[in-house]
Amino acid sequence: MKMSETEEARLGEAGSAHGVAVDARALCKRYGALTVLHELELNIAPGEFVAIVGRSGCGKSTLLRLLAGLEAPDGGRLEVAGEERRGLSDHTRVMFQEARLLPWKTVLANVGLGLSGDWRTKALDILTQVGLAEKASEWPAVLSGGQRQRVSLARALIHTPRLLLLDEPLGALDALTRIEMQSLIEDLWRRYGFTAVLVTHDVSEAVALADRVVLIEEGRITLDRRVPLARPRERGSPEFGALEKEVLHRVLGRTAPGGEA
Amino acid sequence: MNLQRHPLLYGSIPWVLPVLLLAVWEAGTRVGWISDRVLPAPFAIVQSFVALTLSGELWGHLKTSCWRALSGFGIGAGVGIVLGFWTGTSHLMERFLDTSVQMIRNVPHLALTPLVILWFGIGEEAKIFLIALGVMFPVYLNTFHGIRSVDRQLIEMGRAYGLDRWKLFRDVILPGALPSILVGIRFGLGVMWLTLIVAETIAASSGLGYMAMNARELLQIDIVVLAILLYALLGKLADYLARVLEERWLRWHPNYQRAAG
Repeated sequence: MKMSETEEARLGEAGSAHGVAVDARALCKRYGALTVLHELELNIAPGEFVAIVGRSGCGKSTLLRLLAGLEAPDGGRLEVAGEERRGLSDHTRVMFQEARLLPWKTVLANVGLGLSGDWRTKALDILTQVGLAEKASEWPAVLSGGQRQRVSLARALIHTPRLLLLDEPLGALDALTRIEMQSLIEDLWRRYGFTAVLVTHDVSEAVALADRVVLIEEGRITLDRRVPLARPRERGSPEFGALEKEVLHRVLGRTAPGGEA
Repeated sequence: MNLQRHPLLYGSIPWVLPVLLLAVWEAGTRVGWISDRVLPAPFAIVQSFVALTLSGELWGHLKTSCWRALSGFGIGAGVGIVLGFWTGTSHLMERFLDTSVQMIRNVPHLALTPLVILWFGIGEEAKIFLIALGVMFPVYLNTFHGIRSVDRQLIEMGRAYGLDRWKLFRDVILPGALPSILVGIRFGLGVMWLTLIVAETIAASSGLGYMAMNARELLQIDIVVLAILLYALLGKLADYLARVLEERWLRWHPNYQRAAG
Protein backbone atom coordinates (compact mmCIF):
# COMPACT_ATOMS: atom_id res chain seq x y z
CA MET A 1 0.00 0.00 0.00
CA LYS A 2 1.67 3.16 -1.22
CA MET A 3 0.53 6.62 -0.27
CA SER A 4 1.63 10.07 -1.34
CA GLU A 5 3.04 12.25 1.41
CA THR A 6 0.21 14.76 1.32
CA GLU A 7 -2.37 12.02 1.63
CA GLU A 8 -0.51 10.52 4.52
CA ALA A 9 -0.44 13.91 6.20
CA ARG A 10 -4.17 14.40 5.70
CA LEU A 11 -4.99 10.95 6.98
CA GLY A 12 -2.66 11.65 9.86
CA GLU A 13 -4.43 14.77 11.08
CA ALA A 14 -8.12 14.23 10.30
CA GLY A 15 -8.12 10.44 10.16
CA SER A 16 -6.63 9.46 13.45
CA ALA A 17 -8.69 12.14 15.17
CA HIS A 18 -11.95 10.70 14.02
CA GLY A 19 -12.04 7.93 11.40
CA VAL A 20 -11.53 4.28 12.28
CA ALA A 21 -9.45 1.59 10.60
CA VAL A 22 -11.15 -1.41 9.02
CA ASP A 23 -9.38 -4.73 8.75
CA ALA A 24 -10.99 -7.72 7.05
CA ARG A 25 -9.08 -10.99 6.95
CA ALA A 26 -10.24 -14.09 5.06
CA LEU A 27 -13.80 -12.84 5.34
CA CYS A 28 -16.43 -15.37 4.20
CA LYS A 29 -20.17 -15.07 3.79
CA ARG A 30 -22.51 -17.78 2.55
CA TYR A 31 -26.25 -17.85 1.92
CA GLY A 32 -27.15 -21.53 1.88
CA ALA A 33 -25.07 -23.19 -0.81
CA LEU A 34 -24.13 -19.85 -2.36
CA THR A 35 -20.81 -18.37 -1.28
CA VAL A 36 -21.00 -14.61 -1.64
CA LEU A 37 -17.63 -13.61 -0.19
CA HIS A 38 -14.53 -15.83 -0.64
CA GLU A 39 -11.85 -15.17 1.97
CA LEU A 40 -11.90 -11.50 1.23
CA GLU A 41 -9.01 -9.33 2.41
CA LEU A 42 -9.45 -5.58 2.82
CA ASN A 43 -7.61 -2.95 4.85
CA ILE A 44 -8.88 0.58 5.18
CA ALA A 45 -6.87 3.30 6.90
CA PRO A 46 -8.55 5.69 9.36
CA GLY A 47 -10.25 8.52 7.49
CA GLU A 48 -9.81 6.89 4.12
CA PHE A 49 -12.52 7.04 1.43
CA VAL A 50 -12.84 3.70 -0.33
CA ALA A 51 -15.21 3.02 -3.20
CA ILE A 52 -16.29 -0.54 -3.93
CA VAL A 53 -17.38 -1.25 -7.48
CA GLY A 54 -18.52 -4.40 -9.22
CA ARG A 55 -21.35 -5.94 -11.13
CA SER A 56 -24.71 -6.71 -9.53
CA GLY A 57 -24.48 -9.72 -7.27
CA CYS A 58 -20.69 -9.61 -6.88
CA GLY A 59 -20.98 -9.35 -3.11
CA LYS A 60 -20.27 -5.65 -2.61
CA SER A 61 -23.51 -4.90 -0.78
CA THR A 62 -23.02 -8.00 1.37
CA LEU A 63 -19.58 -6.71 2.36
CA LEU A 64 -21.18 -3.42 3.36
CA ARG A 65 -23.82 -5.20 5.46
CA LEU A 66 -21.05 -7.09 7.24
CA LEU A 67 -19.15 -3.85 7.88
CA ALA A 68 -22.37 -2.35 9.26
CA GLY A 69 -22.89 -5.29 11.59
CA LEU A 70 -26.32 -5.92 10.06
CA GLU A 71 -25.12 -9.44 9.26
CA ALA A 72 -22.43 -11.66 10.74
CA PRO A 73 -19.63 -13.27 8.69
CA ASP A 74 -19.46 -17.06 8.33
CA GLY A 75 -15.69 -17.11 8.48
CA GLY A 76 -12.63 -14.94 8.82
CA ARG A 77 -12.21 -11.92 11.00
CA LEU A 78 -13.53 -8.40 10.70
CA GLU A 79 -12.05 -5.68 12.86
CA VAL A 80 -13.25 -2.11 13.06
CA ALA A 81 -11.23 0.31 15.17
CA GLY A 82 -9.10 -2.61 16.31
CA GLU A 83 -12.05 -4.49 17.78
CA GLU A 84 -13.85 -7.46 16.31
CA ARG A 85 -17.16 -6.44 14.79
CA ARG A 86 -20.03 -7.96 16.75
CA GLY A 87 -23.41 -6.64 15.70
CA LEU A 88 -24.34 -3.00 15.36
CA SER A 89 -22.14 -0.24 16.65
CA ASP A 90 -22.73 3.36 17.66
CA HIS A 91 -19.76 4.65 15.71
CA THR A 92 -20.98 3.22 12.38
CA ARG A 93 -23.85 4.64 10.36
CA VAL A 94 -25.33 3.50 7.06
CA MET A 95 -26.83 5.52 4.23
CA PHE A 96 -29.10 3.13 2.37
CA GLN A 97 -29.97 2.96 -1.30
CA GLU A 98 -33.46 4.16 -0.45
CA ALA A 99 -33.52 7.12 1.91
CA ARG A 100 -35.61 5.10 4.42
CA LEU A 101 -37.07 8.18 6.09
CA LEU A 102 -39.96 7.65 8.48
CA PRO A 103 -42.94 9.15 6.60
CA TRP A 104 -44.77 9.97 9.85
CA LYS A 105 -41.98 12.15 11.22
CA THR A 106 -41.07 15.60 10.02
CA VAL A 107 -37.74 16.11 8.31
CA LEU A 108 -36.29 17.50 11.54
CA ALA A 109 -37.58 14.59 13.64
CA ASN A 110 -36.18 12.14 11.10
CA VAL A 111 -32.74 13.68 11.49
CA GLY A 112 -33.04 13.52 15.27
CA LEU A 113 -34.23 9.90 15.28
CA GLY A 114 -33.11 8.04 18.36
CA LEU A 115 -31.51 11.08 20.01
CA SER A 116 -32.53 12.42 23.36
CA GLY A 117 -31.96 15.71 25.13
CA ASP A 118 -31.61 18.89 23.10
CA TRP A 119 -31.38 17.31 19.66
CA ARG A 120 -33.40 19.94 17.80
CA THR A 121 -30.65 22.57 17.62
CA LYS A 122 -28.17 19.95 16.54
CA ALA A 123 -30.54 18.53 13.92
CA LEU A 124 -31.27 21.97 12.52
CA ASP A 125 -27.54 22.69 12.35
CA ILE A 126 -26.87 19.49 10.39
CA LEU A 127 -29.84 20.19 8.12
CA THR A 128 -28.32 23.59 7.38
CA GLN A 129 -25.08 21.87 6.42
CA VAL A 130 -26.89 19.71 3.84
CA GLY A 131 -28.81 22.79 2.67
CA LEU A 132 -32.30 21.76 3.79
CA ALA A 133 -32.95 23.91 6.87
CA GLU A 134 -36.05 25.44 5.32
CA LYS A 135 -37.63 22.00 4.91
CA ALA A 136 -37.25 21.12 8.61
CA SER A 137 -40.98 21.02 9.35
CA GLU A 138 -42.08 19.30 6.12
CA TRP A 139 -43.19 15.68 5.78
CA PRO A 140 -40.76 13.48 3.82
CA ALA A 141 -43.53 12.74 1.30
CA VAL A 142 -43.19 16.21 -0.24
CA LEU A 143 -39.40 16.02 -0.78
CA SER A 144 -37.67 15.12 -4.04
CA GLY A 145 -35.41 12.07 -4.26
CA GLY A 146 -32.26 14.16 -3.86
CA GLN A 147 -33.67 16.03 -0.88
CA ARG A 148 -34.60 12.75 0.81
CA GLN A 149 -31.04 11.51 0.46
CA ARG A 150 -29.78 14.79 1.91
CA VAL A 151 -32.00 14.23 4.95
CA SER A 152 -30.73 10.68 5.21
CA LEU A 153 -27.13 11.97 5.06
CA ALA A 154 -27.93 14.48 7.81
CA ARG A 155 -29.51 11.70 9.89
CA ALA A 156 -26.29 9.69 9.59
CA LEU A 157 -23.95 12.62 10.30
CA ILE A 158 -25.77 13.82 13.43
CA HIS A 159 -24.31 10.78 15.20
CA THR A 160 -20.80 11.91 14.14
CA PRO A 161 -20.00 8.42 12.89
CA ARG A 162 -16.39 7.28 12.68
CA LEU A 163 -17.31 4.91 9.85
CA LEU A 164 -19.91 5.93 7.28
CA LEU A 165 -21.17 3.23 4.93
CA LEU A 166 -22.89 4.34 1.76
CA ASP A 167 -24.87 1.65 -0.07
CA GLU A 168 -25.44 3.14 -3.54
CA PRO A 169 -27.27 6.09 -1.99
CA LEU A 170 -27.22 8.10 -5.21
CA GLY A 171 -28.24 5.33 -7.59
CA ALA A 172 -31.79 6.53 -8.09
CA LEU A 173 -30.97 10.22 -8.59
CA ASP A 174 -30.73 12.12 -11.86
CA ALA A 175 -27.26 12.98 -13.17
CA LEU A 176 -27.13 16.60 -12.01
CA THR A 177 -28.49 15.93 -8.53
CA ARG A 178 -26.03 13.07 -8.27
CA ILE A 179 -23.03 15.31 -8.96
CA GLU A 180 -24.31 17.86 -6.42
CA MET A 181 -24.70 15.13 -3.83
CA GLN A 182 -21.23 13.78 -4.56
CA SER A 183 -19.58 17.10 -3.83
CA LEU A 184 -21.72 17.49 -0.70
CA ILE A 185 -20.59 14.08 0.54
CA GLU A 186 -16.97 14.91 -0.28
CA ASP A 187 -17.16 18.25 1.55
CA LEU A 188 -18.69 16.70 4.66
CA TRP A 189 -16.21 13.82 4.60
CA ARG A 190 -13.34 16.32 4.51
CA ARG A 191 -14.89 18.36 7.32
CA TYR A 192 -15.66 15.43 9.64
CA GLY A 193 -12.79 13.08 8.76
CA PHE A 194 -14.76 9.85 9.11
CA THR A 195 -13.78 6.69 7.26
CA ALA A 196 -16.10 6.25 4.26
CA VAL A 197 -16.95 3.12 2.30
CA LEU A 198 -19.07 3.73 -0.78
CA VAL A 199 -20.66 0.92 -2.76
CA THR A 200 -21.55 2.08 -6.25
CA HIS A 201 -22.30 0.97 -9.79
CA ASP A 202 -21.00 4.22 -11.13
CA VAL A 203 -17.25 4.07 -11.88
CA SER A 204 -17.10 7.81 -12.48
CA GLU A 205 -18.60 8.39 -9.02
CA ALA A 206 -16.02 6.04 -7.51
CA VAL A 207 -13.12 7.84 -9.19
CA ALA A 208 -14.52 11.26 -8.27
CA LEU A 209 -14.86 10.52 -4.57
CA ALA A 210 -12.53 7.77 -3.46
CA ASP A 211 -8.90 7.57 -2.33
CA ARG A 212 -9.00 3.95 -3.48
CA VAL A 213 -11.26 2.11 -5.86
CA VAL A 214 -11.73 -1.56 -5.05
CA LEU A 215 -13.26 -3.99 -7.55
CA ILE A 216 -15.04 -7.10 -6.27
CA GLU A 217 -15.66 -9.97 -8.67
CA GLU A 218 -17.32 -13.17 -7.53
CA GLY A 219 -16.68 -12.41 -3.89
CA ARG A 220 -12.98 -11.56 -4.25
CA ILE A 221 -11.08 -8.31 -4.62
CA THR A 222 -9.55 -8.29 -8.09
CA LEU A 223 -8.46 -4.67 -8.31
CA ASP A 224 -7.33 -2.21 -5.66
CA ARG A 225 -6.46 1.05 -7.37
CA ARG A 226 -5.31 4.21 -5.64
CA VAL A 227 -6.72 7.43 -7.12
CA PRO A 228 -3.83 9.91 -7.04
CA LEU A 229 -5.82 12.89 -8.32
CA ALA A 230 -5.94 16.10 -6.26
CA ARG A 231 -9.23 17.23 -4.78
CA PRO A 232 -11.63 18.63 -5.78
CA ARG A 233 -11.37 16.48 -8.87
CA GLU A 234 -12.15 17.70 -12.31
CA ARG A 235 -14.25 15.24 -14.23
CA GLY A 236 -13.18 16.64 -17.58
CA SER A 237 -9.45 16.22 -17.01
CA PRO A 238 -7.50 13.65 -19.07
CA GLU A 239 -6.10 11.93 -15.94
CA PHE A 240 -9.62 11.48 -14.59
CA GLY A 241 -10.82 10.12 -17.91
CA ALA A 242 -7.91 7.69 -18.21
CA LEU A 243 -8.41 6.32 -14.71
CA GLU A 244 -12.15 5.99 -15.17
CA LYS A 245 -11.57 4.13 -18.42
CA GLU A 246 -9.04 1.81 -16.82
CA VAL A 247 -11.38 0.85 -13.97
CA LEU A 248 -14.36 0.53 -16.28
CA HIS A 249 -12.41 -1.82 -18.54
CA ARG A 250 -11.57 -4.00 -15.58
CA VAL A 251 -15.19 -4.00 -14.41
CA LEU A 252 -16.29 -5.07 -17.86
CA GLY A 253 -13.66 -7.81 -17.85
CA ARG A 254 -11.39 -6.50 -20.61
CA THR A 255 -7.71 -5.96 -20.05
CA ALA A 256 -6.94 -2.31 -19.63
CA PRO A 257 -4.53 -0.73 -22.04
CA GLY A 258 -1.37 -0.29 -19.97
CA GLY A 259 -3.32 -0.77 -16.74
CA GLU A 260 -1.43 -1.49 -13.52
CA ALA A 261 -3.65 -3.50 -11.25
CA MET B 1 -69.16 26.60 -13.53
CA ASN B 2 -66.56 25.05 -11.31
CA LEU B 3 -68.43 23.93 -8.20
CA GLN B 4 -65.26 23.32 -6.21
CA ARG B 5 -64.67 27.08 -6.13
CA HIS B 6 -67.85 27.67 -4.11
CA PRO B 7 -67.28 26.04 -0.73
CA LEU B 8 -70.86 26.49 0.45
CA LEU B 9 -72.34 25.04 -2.71
CA TYR B 10 -69.74 22.27 -2.89
CA GLY B 11 -70.23 21.41 0.78
CA SER B 12 -73.96 21.00 0.31
CA ILE B 13 -73.71 18.40 -2.49
CA PRO B 14 -73.89 15.33 -0.18
CA TRP B 15 -77.12 16.67 1.34
CA VAL B 16 -78.99 17.25 -1.93
CA LEU B 17 -80.26 13.68 -2.22
CA PRO B 18 -81.43 13.24 1.41
CA VAL B 19 -83.25 16.60 1.34
CA LEU B 20 -84.88 15.76 -1.98
CA LEU B 21 -86.04 12.37 -0.67
CA LEU B 22 -87.43 14.05 2.42
CA ALA B 23 -89.37 16.55 0.30
CA VAL B 24 -90.86 13.81 -1.90
CA TRP B 25 -91.75 11.83 1.19
CA GLU B 26 -93.51 14.76 2.89
CA ALA B 27 -95.37 15.63 -0.33
CA GLY B 28 -96.31 11.98 -0.88
CA THR B 29 -97.91 11.62 2.55
CA ARG B 30 -99.76 14.93 2.25
CA VAL B 31 -101.23 14.07 -1.15
CA GLY B 32 -102.07 10.57 0.05
CA TRP B 33 -99.81 8.45 -2.16
CA ILE B 34 -98.21 7.00 0.92
CA SER B 35 -100.54 5.64 3.61
CA ASP B 36 -99.57 6.72 7.13
CA ARG B 37 -99.79 3.05 8.14
CA VAL B 38 -96.83 2.39 5.84
CA LEU B 39 -94.79 5.48 6.46
CA PRO B 40 -95.79 8.45 8.60
CA ALA B 41 -95.09 11.98 7.36
CA PRO B 42 -91.69 13.46 8.28
CA PHE B 43 -93.51 16.12 10.23
CA ALA B 44 -95.27 13.49 12.36
CA ILE B 45 -91.87 11.99 13.13
CA VAL B 46 -90.52 15.38 14.16
CA GLN B 47 -93.54 15.77 16.43
CA SER B 48 -92.96 12.46 18.16
CA PHE B 49 -89.25 13.33 18.39
CA VAL B 50 -90.11 16.56 20.21
CA ALA B 51 -92.62 14.80 22.45
CA LEU B 52 -90.21 12.01 23.40
CA THR B 53 -87.41 14.51 23.97
CA LEU B 54 -89.55 16.68 26.23
CA SER B 55 -90.66 13.70 28.28
CA GLY B 56 -87.02 12.69 28.72
CA GLU B 57 -87.79 9.19 27.47
CA LEU B 58 -85.69 9.50 24.31
CA TRP B 59 -82.67 10.80 26.18
CA GLY B 60 -82.83 7.86 28.57
CA HIS B 61 -82.93 5.31 25.73
CA LEU B 62 -80.22 7.11 23.81
CA LYS B 63 -77.95 7.24 26.85
CA THR B 64 -78.42 3.54 27.53
CA SER B 65 -77.73 2.59 23.90
CA CYS B 66 -74.63 4.76 23.62
CA TRP B 67 -73.25 3.50 26.90
CA ARG B 68 -73.67 -0.13 25.75
CA ALA B 69 -72.16 0.61 22.35
CA LEU B 70 -69.13 2.45 23.71
CA SER B 71 -68.31 0.07 26.54
CA GLY B 72 -68.63 -2.93 24.23
CA PHE B 73 -66.50 -1.17 21.64
CA GLY B 74 -63.89 -0.14 24.20
CA ILE B 75 -63.48 -3.67 25.51
CA GLY B 76 -63.53 -5.29 22.07
CA ALA B 77 -61.16 -2.82 20.41
CA GLY B 78 -58.81 -2.88 23.43
CA VAL B 79 -58.57 -6.67 23.44
CA GLY B 80 -58.23 -6.70 19.62
CA ILE B 81 -55.39 -4.17 19.62
CA VAL B 82 -53.50 -5.87 22.44
CA LEU B 83 -53.83 -9.32 20.83
CA GLY B 84 -52.92 -7.87 17.43
CA PHE B 85 -49.77 -6.23 18.82
CA TRP B 86 -48.87 -9.41 20.58
CA THR B 87 -49.24 -11.79 17.64
CA GLY B 88 -47.88 -9.14 15.26
CA THR B 89 -44.60 -8.74 17.12
CA SER B 90 -44.03 -12.31 18.29
CA HIS B 91 -43.92 -15.31 16.00
CA LEU B 92 -44.43 -17.64 18.94
CA MET B 93 -47.64 -15.85 19.94
CA GLU B 94 -48.80 -15.90 16.34
CA ARG B 95 -48.35 -19.65 16.13
CA PHE B 96 -50.06 -20.10 19.47
CA LEU B 97 -53.04 -17.83 18.95
CA ASP B 98 -53.71 -17.07 15.31
CA THR B 99 -55.29 -20.38 14.27
CA SER B 100 -57.75 -20.25 17.17
CA VAL B 101 -58.68 -16.65 16.46
CA GLN B 102 -59.21 -17.41 12.78
CA MET B 103 -61.50 -20.33 13.68
CA ILE B 104 -63.63 -18.31 16.08
CA ARG B 105 -63.72 -15.42 13.63
CA ASN B 106 -65.52 -17.54 11.08
CA VAL B 107 -68.50 -18.02 13.40
CA PRO B 108 -70.81 -14.99 12.98
CA HIS B 109 -70.84 -13.53 16.47
CA LEU B 110 -74.58 -12.91 16.29
CA ALA B 111 -75.07 -16.67 15.98
CA LEU B 112 -73.94 -16.82 19.61
CA THR B 113 -76.90 -14.69 20.74
CA PRO B 114 -79.00 -17.58 22.12
CA LEU B 115 -76.00 -18.94 24.00
CA VAL B 116 -75.09 -15.50 25.33
CA ILE B 117 -78.66 -14.98 26.56
CA LEU B 118 -78.49 -18.33 28.34
CA TRP B 119 -75.23 -17.30 29.97
CA PHE B 120 -75.99 -13.73 30.92
CA GLY B 121 -79.77 -13.43 30.68
CA ILE B 122 -80.97 -10.26 28.99
CA GLY B 123 -78.94 -7.95 31.22
CA GLU B 124 -76.29 -5.49 30.12
CA GLU B 125 -73.49 -8.08 30.12
CA ALA B 126 -75.05 -10.02 27.24
CA LYS B 127 -75.20 -7.00 24.95
CA ILE B 128 -71.79 -5.65 25.88
CA PHE B 129 -70.29 -9.11 25.43
CA LEU B 130 -71.78 -9.48 21.96
CA ILE B 131 -70.61 -6.03 20.87
CA ALA B 132 -67.10 -6.58 22.26
CA LEU B 133 -66.87 -9.95 20.51
CA GLY B 134 -68.00 -8.49 17.20
CA VAL B 135 -65.68 -5.48 17.39
CA MET B 136 -62.65 -7.48 18.47
CA PHE B 137 -62.11 -9.41 15.24
CA PRO B 138 -61.84 -6.64 12.66
CA VAL B 139 -59.65 -4.62 15.05
CA TYR B 140 -57.45 -7.65 15.80
CA LEU B 141 -57.04 -8.64 12.15
CA ASN B 142 -56.20 -5.15 10.96
CA THR B 143 -53.78 -4.50 13.83
CA PHE B 144 -51.99 -7.78 13.13
CA HIS B 145 -51.91 -7.12 9.41
CA GLY B 146 -50.76 -3.52 9.98
CA ILE B 147 -47.83 -4.58 12.14
CA ARG B 148 -46.82 -7.32 9.73
CA SER B 149 -46.89 -4.97 6.77
CA VAL B 150 -44.62 -2.30 8.30
CA ASP B 151 -41.73 -1.78 5.86
CA ARG B 152 -38.91 -4.18 6.87
CA GLN B 153 -36.38 -1.70 5.54
CA LEU B 154 -37.57 0.95 8.00
CA ILE B 155 -37.28 -1.53 10.86
CA GLU B 156 -33.75 -2.42 9.77
CA MET B 157 -32.90 1.27 9.55
CA GLY B 158 -34.28 1.84 13.04
CA ARG B 159 -32.14 -0.97 14.42
CA ALA B 160 -29.07 0.29 12.59
CA TYR B 161 -29.65 3.73 14.07
CA GLY B 162 -29.61 2.38 17.58
CA LEU B 163 -33.31 2.36 18.51
CA ASP B 164 -34.06 0.03 21.41
CA ARG B 165 -37.12 -2.25 21.32
CA TRP B 166 -39.47 0.28 22.90
CA LYS B 167 -38.36 3.16 20.66
CA LEU B 168 -38.53 0.90 17.61
CA PHE B 169 -42.11 0.08 18.53
CA ARG B 170 -43.08 3.68 19.32
CA ASP B 171 -41.32 5.42 16.42
CA VAL B 172 -41.46 2.83 13.64
CA ILE B 173 -43.84 -0.09 14.16
CA LEU B 174 -46.84 1.62 15.78
CA PRO B 175 -47.04 4.59 13.36
CA GLY B 176 -46.47 2.23 10.46
CA ALA B 177 -49.36 0.03 11.56
CA LEU B 178 -51.66 2.94 12.43
CA PRO B 179 -53.39 3.35 9.03
CA SER B 180 -54.38 -0.31 9.13
CA ILE B 181 -55.43 -0.14 12.80
CA LEU B 182 -57.72 2.80 12.00
CA VAL B 183 -59.31 0.82 9.16
CA GLY B 184 -60.01 -1.89 11.74
CA ILE B 185 -61.52 0.65 14.09
CA ARG B 186 -63.86 1.94 11.39
CA PHE B 187 -64.95 -1.59 10.60
CA GLY B 188 -65.39 -2.17 14.32
CA LEU B 189 -67.65 0.87 14.65
CA GLY B 190 -69.91 -0.53 11.93
CA VAL B 191 -70.08 -3.88 13.70
CA MET B 192 -70.75 -2.07 16.97
CA TRP B 193 -74.01 -0.44 15.72
CA LEU B 194 -75.17 -3.57 13.95
CA THR B 195 -74.69 -5.71 17.03
CA LEU B 196 -76.27 -3.11 19.29
CA ILE B 197 -79.40 -2.95 17.13
CA VAL B 198 -79.77 -6.73 16.95
CA ALA B 199 -79.10 -7.24 20.64
CA GLU B 200 -81.50 -4.50 21.73
CA THR B 201 -84.20 -5.68 19.37
CA ILE B 202 -84.04 -9.28 20.59
CA ALA B 203 -83.66 -8.84 24.29
CA ALA B 204 -83.74 -5.55 26.15
CA SER B 205 -85.88 -3.47 28.45
CA SER B 206 -84.38 -0.13 27.51
CA GLY B 207 -82.43 1.49 24.69
CA LEU B 208 -83.30 2.61 21.18
CA GLY B 209 -83.93 -0.94 19.92
CA TYR B 210 -86.31 -1.58 22.79
CA MET B 211 -88.04 1.70 22.07
CA ALA B 212 -88.57 0.65 18.45
CA MET B 213 -89.81 -2.85 19.33
CA ASN B 214 -92.15 -1.49 21.96
CA ALA B 215 -93.55 1.07 19.49
CA ARG B 216 -94.09 -1.70 16.95
CA GLU B 217 -96.33 -3.57 19.38
CA LEU B 218 -98.34 -0.39 19.96
CA LEU B 219 -98.39 0.36 16.20
CA GLN B 220 -96.55 3.67 16.76
CA ILE B 221 -94.91 3.58 13.37
CA ASP B 222 -93.58 7.15 13.70
CA ILE B 223 -91.46 6.10 16.69
CA VAL B 224 -90.19 3.04 14.81
CA VAL B 225 -89.02 5.25 11.94
CA LEU B 226 -87.55 7.75 14.42
CA ALA B 227 -85.46 4.99 16.02
CA ILE B 228 -84.17 3.91 12.61
CA LEU B 229 -83.25 7.49 11.72
CA LEU B 230 -81.42 7.90 15.03
CA TYR B 231 -79.40 4.76 14.32
CA ALA B 232 -78.45 6.21 10.95
CA LEU B 233 -77.37 9.49 12.56
CA LEU B 234 -75.37 7.79 15.30
CA GLY B 235 -73.64 5.60 12.72
CA LYS B 236 -72.74 8.65 10.69
CA LEU B 237 -71.46 10.40 13.83
CA ALA B 238 -69.20 7.49 14.74
CA ASP B 239 -67.85 7.37 11.21
CA TYR B 240 -67.20 11.11 11.31
CA LEU B 241 -65.24 10.76 14.56
CA ALA B 242 -63.16 7.98 13.06
CA ARG B 243 -62.36 10.23 10.10
CA VAL B 244 -61.33 13.06 12.39
CA LEU B 245 -58.93 10.66 14.11
CA GLU B 246 -57.56 9.52 10.76
CA GLU B 247 -56.98 13.07 9.63
CA ARG B 248 -55.25 13.91 12.85
CA TRP B 249 -53.09 10.82 13.22
CA LEU B 250 -52.32 10.30 9.53
CA ARG B 251 -51.44 13.90 8.71
CA TRP B 252 -48.14 12.65 7.30
CA HIS B 253 -49.82 10.31 4.85
CA PRO B 254 -49.97 11.68 1.28
CA ASN B 255 -53.59 10.44 1.00
CA TYR B 256 -54.65 12.63 3.90
CA GLN B 257 -52.81 15.79 3.00
CA ARG B 258 -54.93 18.70 1.93
CA ALA B 259 -54.19 20.12 -1.50
CA ALA B 260 -52.51 23.14 0.10
CA GLY B 261 -50.34 21.07 2.50
